[in-house]
Amino acid sequence: MNTADQYLKAIYLIQQIEDGPASTGALADRLDVSPASANEMIGKLESQGLVEHEKYKGVDLTDEGIRQARDALETYCIIERFLLQVLEVENYRAEARTLESVIDETVAERLDTIVDRNEACPDCFDPENDVCECLEPEAKVSD
Amino acid sequence: MSVSRSLDSDHQLARLLQIGIVLEEVVEARASKHAEAVAGETAVVEYMAGAAEESATHRDRLEAIIADLDAETVPFEEIEALVEATYEADSDFDDVLYDQLCNEETAYKFYDDLIEAIEASTTEFSVSRDRLLSTLETIREQEADGVEAVTTLMGEQ
Repeated sequence: MNTADQYLKAIYLIQQIEDGPASTGALADRLDVSPASANEMIGKLESQGLVEHEKYKGVDLTDEGIRQARDALETYCIIERFLLQVLEVENYRAEARTLESVIDETVAERLDTIVDRNEACPDCFDPENDVCECLEPEAKVSD
Repeated sequence: MSVSRSLDSDHQLARLLQIGIVLEEVVEARASKHAEAVAGETAVVEYMAGAAEESATHRDRLEAIIADLDAETVPFEEIEALVEATYEADSDFDDVLYDQLCNEETAYKFYDDLIEAIEASTTEFSVSRDRLLSTLETIREQEADGVEAVTTLMGEQ
């Protein structure tokens, strides 16, 4: 997943939590980058028509931004599910975060052929805990 | 990894190689199923048999590196069963070839991204960087040849 998609996904999840625009600070915190880096990427995403940025308020995804963010979230969910269901990784949430930048959407689609994923995906993703809600009970059992 | 971090441990590298092995296992299992599905098409069956064999070879090469990183792999039988459970038999060779094209392109993209991540990393892994990159580059090259071969087959149908 490329950097732009990681930003779009993070903005989408922050907007769900905040029920409004995503602040640059919250975005920088979530991605563990500097506010200056976050601002730079926001400018790029804005020039591509993926976000609208209003000073002092924050960032809103456009319709196209939402579409791309949801695709990125699905890719992320596939990575989490693959790690848990196929490789049986206990710490799948942390590992998904460390691997997402190397796993492309097309690769995730192929991995998706052997994982069990809810049709509601990515709506079942819990933005606060950064995990698919449907995976939580399984994770507790395996712990 | 968060946007600014790179591949920085044996553990991460082993995990990515495990993913590569599973991708090869998926290709091998699907190619074998495809060969059964289009039994009458000699050229396609021959190609699929070769593709399954090549994936098994790639898997062996990745497993040799993973063994040196002290990590384990998922047995092929387990992946084969997962593919079996989800495989939708389709005797239309256009669909079969298209799926195989996706297999080859996906594998190429995976190795390309992995090579890029390793080259961007300054970490000293337990396995030789030269051996690692040379193995991955060879496999990537073979995946590129696979894309070309499937595309040619598609053109002939």
